[in-house]
Amino acid sequence: MASTFRLQIIAPDRIFYDDEVEMVAVSTQDGGLGVLARHIPLVAPLVIGRVKIKKGGQSKEAAISEGFIQVKRGYTRVITDSAEWPEEIDVERAEAAKKRAEELLRSRKSHVDIMRAEAALQRAIIRLRVANRL
Amino acid sequence: MAVLGLRNIKRHIRGISDIRQITRAMELVASVKMRKARELLGKTRPHFQSIEDVINDIIIYIKEDESRKKKRKVGHELMEAREVKKACYIIVSADRGLAGSYNVNIIRMAQSHMDKQAGEVSVITIGQKARDYFRKRDYEIDGEFTQISEDPTYASAKSIAKLCIEMYIQGSVDEVYLVYTEFLSAVSYNPKLTKLLPLEPKIKESVEDKPQTVKFMLYEPSVEEVLNYLIPKYIESMIYGALVESATSEQSARRVAMKNATDNAGEIIDDLQLKYHRARQASITQEISEIVSGAEALS
Repeated sequence: MASTFRLQIIAPDRIFYDDEVEMVAVSTQDGGLGVLARHIPLVAPLVIGRVKIKKGGQSKEAAISEGFIQVKRGYTRVITDSAEWPEEIDVERAEAAKKRAEELLRSRKSHVDIMRAEAALQRAIIRLRVANRL
Repeated sequence: MAVLGLRNIKRHIRGISDIRQITRAMELVASVKMRKARELLGKTRPHFQSIEDVINDIIIYIKEDESRKKKRKVGHELMEAREVKKACYIIVSADRGLAGSYNVNIIRMAQSHMDKQAGEVSVITIGQKARDYFRKRDYEIDGEFTQISEDPTYASAKSIAKLCIEMYIQGSVDEVYLVYTEFLSAVSYNPKLTKLLPLEPKIKESVEDKPQTVKFMLYEPSVEEVLNYLIPKYIESMIYGALVESATSEQSARRVAMKNATDNAGEIIDDLQLKYHRARQASITQEISEIVSGAEALS
């Protein structure tokens, strides 16, 4: 039996996840990061992406937007602006958002608009990917 | 004459019971809204507290690092205090009144703190009440947000945070204060003023996890990068927290105010009712004595 640690995923409007897990994988600004029990204490900002949680041999996935991860001894938390399980994702809305963002990017407006559109596009793509996993 | 008096009292009673009906309805609405706001408050507190925790950990880490003098000083432009020429106040009030002393308290608190400032002041107002107050007194208003106090969203907190961080970085303000109402319980809430920028977290002595392993905390990719991300985040969540706390306090203040109004109306009605009965009794007595004396005169 693999050793476990407590994982909390906290969104502004709720505690998204709180349980003992074996592993969590996130995408940081520097790339993928997998955390197992007894990982060295660490803080790292996260990019829009997927969170993978392994518990009891089964794995779960969720979509999160920007946030950060803090690993302490025996306790890890992910704090994010939003988090969703695959079944919570509104596929239609994500698709509409993706289309809108793509159009915005094609139209090429100011710098800020492009950054925002790219972030929106990224979120939409991640949502769709996570949702299709089911 | 007596009949007119009676009619007046009756009309008065009717008027007040209409008012009581309205205040009672408002009380019920406010208590439903308060329950909702409290739920939200319960859900948002962990998020806010976690961010505060992490920030505090980093501050401890930086301090220890500095005391070991192994590395160069790490910091962030939002953490460096400078001479205060202008202070900005973010004031969270309600859009609507009828909430007892809720709006007055928060504005008074901000005002008294401002009066002590040597330099200039400007305000960012949230809610119509604060906006009207400071506009009337010709304060410099750097930003105003209305229609968000009752139902605060993270997005609106984000835009407020962005505004004040930008102003701070440009140097148009040198200090940012946040004035809001902290929700303690359904009957008690406190106006509170905290300094938002420059950042100076109060290091709480939390009993459970003291500096624990903080010395060996790894910051990926670097402490600066983490701070770059985390400080704006912290400001955002502080503001969001303040909005949610204030919204909850507003509803509970309104509920209490309306409950008092309803109770008072009830008392007035009781008084008037008594008066009405007395006047009615008096007029009946008078009529009887008139009849009796009339009958006596005839016999």
